[in-house]
Amino acid sequence: MAYDKFTTLKSTAVPMPIENVDTDQIIPARFLKATERKGFGDNLFRDWRFDANNQPRQDFVLNNPIYSGKILVAGKNFGSGSSREHAAWAIYDYGFRCVVSSFFADIFKNNSLNVGILPVQVSPAFLDKIFSAIEKDPKAELVVDLQAQTITIAATGESESFDINSYKKHNLTNGYDDIDYLQAMKEDIRSFAANSPY
Amino acid sequence: MSKIPSTLFDKVWDSHVVRKITDGPDVFLIDRHFIHEVTSPVAFLGLESRGLKVMFPEKTFATADHNTPTINQHLPVTDPLSANQLKALETNSAKYGISHWGLGNPKNGIVHVVGPENGITLPGMTIVCGDSHTSTHGAFGAIAFGIGTSEVEMVLSSQCIMQPKPKKMRIKVNGQPGKGITPKDVILYIISQLTAAGATGYFVEYAGDVFEQMSMEGRMTVCNMSIEMGARGGMIAPDETTFAYIKGREKAPKGADWDKALAYWKTLKTDEGAAFDKEYIYNAADIEPMITYGTNPGMGMGITQHIPVTQETGSGKASYEKSLQYMGFHEEDAMLGKKVDYVFIGSCTNGRIEDFRAFASIVKGRKKAAHVTAWIVPGSHIVEQQIREEGILDILTDAGFELRQPGCSACLAMNDDKIPAGKYAVSTSNRNFEGRQGPGSRTMLASPLVAAAAAVTGVVTDPRTLMA
Ligand code: SF4
Repeated sequence: MAYDKFTTLKSTAVPMPIENVDTDQIIPARFLKATERKGFGDNLFRDWRFDANNQPRQDFVLNNPIYSGKILVAGKNFGSGSSREHAAWAIYDYGFRCVVSSFFADIFKNNSLNVGILPVQVSPAFLDKIFSAIEKDPKAELVVDLQAQTITIAATGESESFDINSYKKHNLTNGYDDIDYLQAMKEDIRSFAANSPY
Repeated sequence: MSKIPSTLFDKVWDSHVVRKITDGPDVFLIDRHFIHEVTSPVAFLGLESRGLKVMFPEKTFATADHNTPTINQHLPVTDPLSANQLKALETNSAKYGISHWGLGNPKNGIVHVVGPENGITLPGMTIVCGDSHTSTHGAFGAIAFGIGTSEVEMVLSSQCIMQPKPKKMRIKVNGQPGKGITPKDVILYIISQLTAAGATGYFVEYAGDVFEQMSMEGRMTVCNMSIEMGARGGMIAPDETTFAYIKGREKAPKGADWDKALAYWKTLKTDEGAAFDKEYIYNAADIEPMITYGTNPGMGMGITQHIPVTQETGSGKASYEKSLQYMGFHEEDAMLGKKVDYVFIGSCTNGRIEDFRAFASIVKGRKKAAHVTAWIVPGSHIVEQQIREEGILDILTDAGFELRQPGCSACLAMNDDKIPAGKYAVSTSNRNFEGRQGPGSRTMLASPLVAAAAAVTGVVTDPRTLMA
């Protein structure tokens, strides 16, 4: 499914300083029953956002109007657990384009890149700086520059670089995906597969 | 000329790389692809909207499991959304020529149980599925891991995915495990040592006495939970135990093909002196029956221990406290004696015949605790059949338990098998995340023996005290 190209993102951010946020929290299993990719944003963090009577929980950050933006900043080991791509869809559909953490689970990282979300891994120290900047000023902006591979706290100018391989960077910048790439090399795959034992 | 020693993982990975992209992922050929009703529909929609076909339909296998009811499977599925997903799997499989084991099919069951059971999973294969516990198949010396729906679409349309090669970790457990120690305890112990993120970025090979002596069922339990320490997957070198398990299964090679396959499989082991990026060595004697007390699988400990006091500060401390608060537990609590409301035995972690034998060994001659609700869910129809044939069903019935029909059930609670909010469950599944087994549910992960001990006493109990 096509996604919007990613170049530079300047935005306020939503802070979620919780560690080990797993994909069951991002989107609980009972919301995985659709056969189309629609409406997952409504159920993002469902059980943290709403109580058993579907009333918003006032203490959860997504229900706090002070915070908004296209960047989610989370504690370490974000996206662990289930391989459900629905987690990445929910984050994208809700309106986030970038997730910042000091550590990501592998499958989540892959899924994010495949749907057009940029996972930005920063050092634990820089993550703390971002959290403090937002704590000081909820409207603090972050600048994520994919070309330069940097993330900057706009107010202070503090910056850190992040890793992404050049293949994925090219895809994200241009809105391409792996399926386009694989379709273009089908003959190579066919002859390779012909020589495989299975 | 001596060759550079390589690992089992390298041998299998490198032989499947169709193309290496500079500063990018490998184009990686997939030998077997499992699909189920939850993570495949959007992939098929993608194929359709791009006008693509399934490249090798004979390499993909479909089974319905995540969403299916575990009682009255002969009746129409009542939840319209679940029914719709099951229908979509059936229609898509038929349309693209994929073999489909739907509800009611005698081969139906949890995807990671039926694959090995029918001889689809073989050593040296690359195997993927839109489910993170695909790592289960690593027990056969295959590279197997979970993928997202975009990747399901890639495999359907091109039989490949694009993956950077993970780093390599070896975990050895040597020595003899004590009484009451099952493969589940071994893996819960390893995860408690490494933490829930300790193997992120790695692919694990399990080695040492304990795994060499383990049955295939046990090896599957271990490899299954590799993902719970962040690893993409785990694998164990195939040996005589592996070959004996595979031989004669429906889709396993036969005759001359068998001999040829066997010769290849015997080369699948890590060479002496091959290098790993990380290595851990543990001693089996240090492992107790395990239980988790928190909301990630790394928060586990020996069942006679007390809940640790967190040493961490900052967000680590806050997350730890949030977790205990969710569970209604406190630092320094003993786990023994804590009340249990539900017991679940099943899932692709512990839904195989050995697990029900273990469960029955404890409940035999005892009665289910009156206040406990127990869900006993075989991993497949074949397992269910074995439970009947071996007389395990009689033992269960005498003790007051009922056997349900196969499926994922309370492992992820997508069907009606949900633990109610606030209730405590001892579960043989793989995840104790908040709400995993139903909104507000509180999960303690453990082995089938610990589950059985809880089911008959109604509290967290050391199974060794109930063993002869
Ligand atoms: S039993 Fe649980 S972990 Fe296994 S395939 Fe089903 S949902 Fe996934």
